[in-house]
Amino acid sequence: MIQASPILALDNVSKVFGHADRPVYAARSVSFALHPGRTLALVGESGSGKTTAARLIMREYQPDAGQLLFRGTPLGKGDAKALKAYRASVQMVFQDPFSSLNPVHTVRYHLERPLRLHQPRLDGAGRTAAIEELLARVKLDPALVMAKYPHELSGGQRQRISIARALAVNPQVIVADEPTSMLDVSVRLGILNLLNDMKAELGLALLYITHDIATARYVAEDIMVMYAGQIVEWGAMESVLGDPRHPYTRLLLSAVPDPDRPFAETPPDSELSRIETIRRQSALPQPEIQQVAENHFIRPIP
Amino acid sequence: MSDPVLSIRSLNIDYVGSDTDFHAVRNVSFDIAPGEFFGLAGESGCGKSTIAFAVSRLHRPPALIRTGSQILVGGRDVLALDDEELRRFRWREVAMVFQSAMNSLNPVLTVEEQFYDVLRAHGKITREAARARAAELLKLVDISPDRLTSYPHQCSGGMRQRVVIAICLALNPKLLIMDEPTTALDVVVQREILQRIDKLRKELGFSVLFITHDLGLMVQVSDRIGIMLEGELVEVNQARTIYTDPRHDYTRRLWASMPKLHGAQIRQESAP
Ligand SMILES: Nc1ncnc2c1ncn2[C@@H]1O[C@H](COP(=O)(O)OP(=O)(O)OP(=O)(O)O)[C@@H](O)[C@H]1O
Ligand SMILES: Nc1ncnc2c1ncn2[C@@H]1O[C@H](COP(=O)(O)OP(=O)(O)OP(=O)(O)O)[C@@H](O)[C@H]1O
Ligand SMILES: [Mg+2]
Ligand SMILES: [Mg+2]
Repeated sequence: MIQASPILALDNVSKVFGHADRPVYAARSVSFALHPGRTLALVGESGSGKTTAARLIMREYQPDAGQLLFRGTPLGKGDAKALKAYRASVQMVFQDPFSSLNPVHTVRYHLERPLRLHQPRLDGAGRTAAIEELLARVKLDPALVMAKYPHELSGGQRQRISIARALAVNPQVIVADEPTSMLDVSVRLGILNLLNDMKAELGLALLYITHDIATARYVAEDIMVMYAGQIVEWGAMESVLGDPRHPYTRLLLSAVPDPDRPFAETPPDSELSRIETIRRQSALPQPEIQQVAENHFIRPIP
Repeated sequence: MSDPVLSIRSLNIDYVGSDTDFHAVRNVSFDIAPGEFFGLAGESGCGKSTIAFAVSRLHRPPALIRTGSQILVGGRDVLALDDEELRRFRWREVAMVFQSAMNSLNPVLTVEEQFYDVLRAHGKITREAARARAAELLKLVDISPDRLTSYPHQCSGGMRQRVVIAICLALNPKLLIMDEPTTALDVVVQREILQRIDKLRKELGFSVLFITHDLGLMVQVSDRIGIMLEGELVEVNQARTIYTDPRHDYTRRLWASMPKLHGAQIRQESAP
């Protein structure tokens, strides 16, 4: 993880929402780095701050404390040139395909726009060819979908359009927030393979946010587990999944759907209260960092 | 076997286009028994949501149900209901949790008002009685009655999702349709919600039509599972059997496409 220099890093970034009387710590001293040719997975509880981390990277939010580093240089407010380079390099694929596409425009329009901006020398025929290639990459039939409007597509088809749109500008960093949660498993695997290929071939750095930990294991070398704005456990994928140390990570992994284990009809009260205890404790500030293996860390509950 | 809650026969649905029609649901037939948890899976775009909308009679043009198609709920022909019958049918007979339901709450109404709207549309009810009923329903999904005064944006995604489910249970429907109800939630919350629904359907006796892409989850919670491919229902069987002894080649390919949490990872070539 430390060998190559990171393209993008968050250095002790914090973000608080709400008012002084009821603050929501969406990011609490969050630090991590993205490396070319590597995927970092971010998993965790609903509402723990995963999308907030993504929006901080996309500069939709300004951090309340801490900073973003792009190729080792802090991303200041003033430097317009550096910001422009940054914007062109970092693309996001959003969680909700229902609202991320504009309902009044066709699929062709959604892909043509970024191509016009980033490859202005392409002529009409070149753009059409590029659009067809992008659609084929996300396993859509160009002849079938090119002229369609978002409402004429299924949820999964729409999400594939969003992914094609992000790929259209040849980015260096892709932040993918639940990019495949609405896709069927075979298409999902195609997209995950595509992300893996792009990572290898184009040296893309990927932040992969998901609730599906098995897919995280499929695409990512490293993983972070988030709870209440804090990264509570992180490190090499196999180490974290094979030997989880934080109580919340253990709870999370125990709840991953498994066809070999039918649901207990009703969890006993003791189980429910155990889960509540883990939640309450994991929400406390956990400033200590403890190393548990070569590339495996936790923030122990105080 | 007792009469099915839902009986679908030769269902054919087209999306009518200006030059060509798209045959989205092709000759689909299946039943759901009282109290049964039925899972429906298949590739995206295969027609699962289209079926769910048709069963709730929420389909709109350009979706067109072909003549000869039959959807019976509690023995009544859903496709023949007039407006008044339809009003009574919705929520009471069939209630539906939509794909991305957590965004389907009205942002300017409190949780209590959203319950009141549904309850009031189905018979005279006082504010007080509606509040009490809403509190009772929230309790079913483990949400404190304090939340009655909250607006949707003040609730987390998991909470909003549970509120939608509680509203769907307000009029004791015979069939609860859930179209990817938990894909946006972490697995701990997902397990909690589905265990609770499982418990409720056993207590209250309703049936569930559950749509998801997560086959592992589907096997854990469903009694039977149907697999769809390109508008057709290609395999229906007991949930365990779909997992341990899938018959259709497509079902086998679905399993081969599921990344593993532990042990040997699936190989890239297994992608269809
Ligand atoms: N613009 C905002 N204003 C106020 N609170 C916000 C805002 N955005 C996020 N939050 C709050 O910050 C916390 C983190 O939200 P975030 O969307 O980052 O969670 P998440 O981990 O992406 O959750 P999910 O898995 O459900 O997508 C939540 O409590 C949320 O309610
Ligand atoms: N309003 C519409 N007009 C034209 N075609 C439509 C319309 N709505 C859906 N379709 C098409 O009908 C097919 C079935 O769509 P449906 O939404 O039922 O799929 P689904 O199985 O629910 O998929 P997903 O898992 O992605 O949600 C898709 O190929 C879709 O493109
Ligand atoms: Mg999110
Ligand atoms: Mg659907």
